[in-house]
Amino acid sequence: MLKILKYSIYDLLRSRWSYVYFIFYLILGFVLLFLNNDINKAIITLLNIIIVLTPLIGTIFGVMYYYNSKEFTELLLAQPIKRSTIFMGQYLGVSISLTLSLVLGIGIPFVLYGLFKSAAIFDFGLLLVVGAFLNFIFVALAYNIALANENKIKGFGYAILVWLLLAVVYDGVFMILAIKFQEYPLDKFALISMMLNPIDLSRTLILLKLDISALLGYTGAVFKEFFGTSLGLFISLFVLFTWVLIPAWLINRKAGRKDF
Amino acid sequence: MIEITQLYKKFGKLTVLDGLDLTIDKGGVFAVLGPNGSGKTTLIKCLLGMVIPNKGEVKYHDKSVLKQWKYRNNLNYLPQIANFPANLSVIELIKMVKNLRPKTANENELIEKFDLQPFLKKKLGNLSGGTKQKVNIVLTFMFNSDLIILDEPTTGLDPIALIYLKDLIKKERDNGKTILITTHIMSVVEELANEIVFLLDGKIYFKGSVTTLKAQTKQENLEHAIAQLISKQYQPNHA
Repeated sequence: MLKILKYSIYDLLRSRWSYVYFIFYLILGFVLLFLNNDINKAIITLLNIIIVLTPLIGTIFGVMYYYNSKEFTELLLAQPIKRSTIFMGQYLGVSISLTLSLVLGIGIPFVLYGLFKSAAIFDFGLLLVVGAFLNFIFVALAYNIALANENKIKGFGYAILVWLLLAVVYDGVFMILAIKFQEYPLDKFALISMMLNPIDLSRTLILLKLDISALLGYTGAVFKEFFGTSLGLFISLFVLFTWVLIPAWLINRKAGRKDF
Repeated sequence: MIEITQLYKKFGKLTVLDGLDLTIDKGGVFAVLGPNGSGKTTLIKCLLGMVIPNKGEVKYHDKSVLKQWKYRNNLNYLPQIANFPANLSVIELIKMVKNLRPKTANENELIEKFDLQPFLKKKLGNLSGGTKQKVNIVLTFMFNSDLIILDEPTTGLDPIALIYLKDLIKKERDNGKTILITTHIMSVVEELANEIVFLLDGKIYFKGSVTTLKAQTKQENLEHAIAQLISKQYQPNHA
């Protein structure tokens, strides 16, 4: 698997896009720090960008890489290599190289600004962990979609649709339901629906760590009680982990049954 | 050496392999023939594990190959269309394939024979179809394996390269290798094949030597003999 992983990362490093992505985050990090002049505020702005952008980039990269490396995959399939090794190697290759772009791109400006002397280091670390999780989750979802669709246009379409559903539509539906049923106690419902969407879960997790939960009213207090504890943090990370494992397992299953 | 029993494969509503039985003994060149879409490539890909059959058993050296992968170290495969990663150079690709297989390779001899030296540092995306096919041949023949599977190996080759390819196949045959080859060029079949395996409607319609086929179809010429077999597909209520 390491060989496949190495080739995938090597392949992506040559494709220029990883650099574009890295430089984008680098510029973003510097600009935010320059504009906000405060690490905590920069983290909040960054959060809003990471939460929406990493899933989108992960989705597009995942689908694109699958279709682009089809020839390579077919070549590998005729070699004495296990199928699951090929696909897991490629999946991890894409996810790891995207995560590297993210961590280095954002990490460098913050470290230069004096992150290690600031109290925000834990929040910042959590932000990067969450960003990495989102990369792994959405690349896995994208790979599943690409495996199921021979047609590139369809594959791209469905992948973007999944992103749109989880990043935008989900919140809209949640809001409508919350307003419709505002007379009922909704804290449990809110908590569970947050858990079921990795983007919302990531956002809530960090917002509550940043001590601005007071802005969220009563439900915010309930959330704070849950996410603020180490048990809450543990459960949230566990849920994020499950969000990686299930799609990754599905990739294996789908790939094992597919004809090439 | 290869034993295929009751192999079924459907793609959607299209039945490609319909209860196919085939046994191939060790040694010799076996030409897998059949009209377009008769399932030649599907059959080969089932043997390689790239296509997963709906039903049936495929054995190589008396062991089932379904869901296995180690057996592929003892076979070489030349795919029908040489689709290579476009941004790799020829030498990088050769090194990579060598790195993926725990076997020694004699690529230099083949590179020289097919005159690929000037292309080694060129990107695969910029090569002509024929040159790509030569790279394909080098990748296939550089390892020493018991079984060599060639899916339309002659595509795009110039006459000299074709002669070299035939020599290579003859050499491997004389070394006791088993070679499966699909092609539409009958002169290649006539020159090389010990046996013909003819596929029609997802089954083996004929298996035997070139002479038997000629005798059975009462044709002098192999091309006409094959044409006669194929023409049965165009008649109603055949077989």
